[in-house]
Amino acid sequence: MSKVAVVDYGLGNLRSVAHGLEHCGGEVSLVSEAAAIRDAHRLVLPGVGAFENGMAGLRERGLVEALLDVAASGRPMMGICLGMQMLLDRSHEFGLFDGLGLIPGEVVPVPPVDAQGRPHRIPIIGWYELSPPDDGPAFAADGILAGCRPGRSCYFVHSFMARTIDPADVAAVIDYNGVAVPAAVQRGKVIGCQFHPEKSGPVGLDILRRFLAMEA
Amino acid sequence: MGSVRLIARLDIKAPNLIKGIHLEGLRVVGDPSEHARRYYEAGADELLYMDIVASLYERNSLEDLVRRTANDIFIPMTVGGGVRSIKDVDTLLRAGADKIAINTAAVRRPELITEVARHFGSQCMVVSIEAKRRRGGVGWEAYTDNGREHTGLDVIEWARRAQDLGAGEVLLTSVDQEGTRKGFDVELCRAVSSAVGIPVIASGGMGTVEHAVEVATGSEVSAVAMAHVLHYGIVGFPEVRGALNAVGVRTRVP
Repeated sequence: MSKVAVVDYGLGNLRSVAHGLEHCGGEVSLVSEAAAIRDAHRLVLPGVGAFENGMAGLRERGLVEALLDVAASGRPMMGICLGMQMLLDRSHEFGLFDGLGLIPGEVVPVPPVDAQGRPHRIPIIGWYELSPPDDGPAFAADGILAGCRPGRSCYFVHSFMARTIDPADVAAVIDYNGVAVPAAVQRGKVIGCQFHPEKSGPVGLDILRRFLAMEA
Repeated sequence: MGSVRLIARLDIKAPNLIKGIHLEGLRVVGDPSEHARRYYEAGADELLYMDIVASLYERNSLEDLVRRTANDIFIPMTVGGGVRSIKDVDTLLRAGADKIAINTAAVRRPELITEVARHFGSQCMVVSIEAKRRRGGVGWEAYTDNGREHTGLDVIEWARRAQDLGAGEVLLTSVDQEGTRKGFDVELCRAVSSAVGIPVIASGGMGTVEHAVEVATGSEVSAVAMAHVLHYGIVGFPEVRGALNAVGVRTRVP
C-alpha cells in the first residue's frame, strides 16, 4: 500500500479522487492542516471551481508554505484540474491571482476560436486523446505518462489552461479543434493533470497507479 | 467539432431502473447499480441518473445510489430530478455526482441557475429541458414533470437564457421521441445546439446505431444519451463509436 494524502481545503468533491486512489491501492488520508501536509509521503491537490477561491482556501488554512515544502523536498505531488492550475505562477481567471509558483507559467483562457478562427464550444467538456507535446511517438520515459500509449482519451472539464514558460514542463497535450491544449504538466515530481484521472476510466486509473508507484 | 460523448441514461423510480414511453408508461428494467456498473465496464463515457418521480415528491432520492456508484465507477456522473436548492446540489455533489441537472426548479426560479453556477461552477450546472413540438409543428415548448406540465417557454429562448444565467450544459430531451426508439428529434437538436455555445446532450428516441449517427452529423450536439438500447442490449458502445468514427465524428478512445 502506498500512502497518499489528499488535500482538503474546502473546495470540490474529494470522494471521487479518494475512491480512485483507493481503487489503485493507495492508503488515502484527507489532510487539511499544514503539519499533516508536511508529514505526507505523497500529495494530491484536487479541486473544482474558480482559481481565486482555490488559492483563498489554501491560504486561509495556512497550507501554502507546507505545499511548497513538500514540493521542495522532492516528494511526489499531483494537482488535478484546478489543483493543476494552482501549481503555476498565476491565473487570469476573473482577474489576476497568484498561484503556488511550482511550475513557471500562467493560467489563461482556452482560445475561444479553433485553428480556422471559428468560435468553438467552451468549456471543453468531454474525452480527448493525450499526445506527447512534440508529436513524438511516446511520452517521456521519466514522466507520469511513461508507458502510457499515446492516443487514449481522458475526461476534461475546463475553460482555462496552463501556459508554461518552459515547453519541457508540458507532459501531454490534447488537440481541441486544432488548438493544442496542455493536458498534463510535470517538473520533477510535481505533476499536474488538467483532466480528471479519477473520472477517466481505466486509462485514468493507470495514471493514478503510476503516481502511487513514484518513489517518495 | 469536439468529441461526442456516449451517455448511459438511467431513469430511476426508486429503487428501480425503469423505462417509459414519452417519459410515461413506466416499466421496471432492473437494479440501477448493476446496470450502471455494466455500462461502465462496457465503455460508457458518462452516467446520467434521473429521478423521474422526484419532482412529484419535491425531493431527489438518489443520494445513496450516487454514493454507491461513486465507490467503484470512474467516469463522470450527472444526477437530476427534484433538485430545488443549493443544499440539494451540495448533497448530491458530496455523494459523488459531478454535475446536477435541473428543470422544474430552474423554470420556477431561473436565478437558481446563477446561484448554482456561482457556488459550484458552471461545469456542474446542467439545465434539463423537456421539449415538445408545438401543435402545428413550428418550434418547441419546454415542459416539466416528465412532459406533463406546460411552461409556456420557447425551448430555444429558454436554452439561450439558461446559458446566459450560467448553465454549463443543456440536457435536451425530446418528449415526442422519448421511448419510441424512432430516432432523435434531429431538428430540435440542431436548433438548440446552434443557438447556444455550451454543450448540448441529445436525449430521447435512440433505437439504432444509425440514430446516433443521424443526430451527431445532423446537429452540433456534444453528447448522445442512450437508454432503451442499452437496457435491452440492442446496441453496444463500441458499435456506436465505430459508426460515428466511420463518418468522421470523434469519440473517446478507451
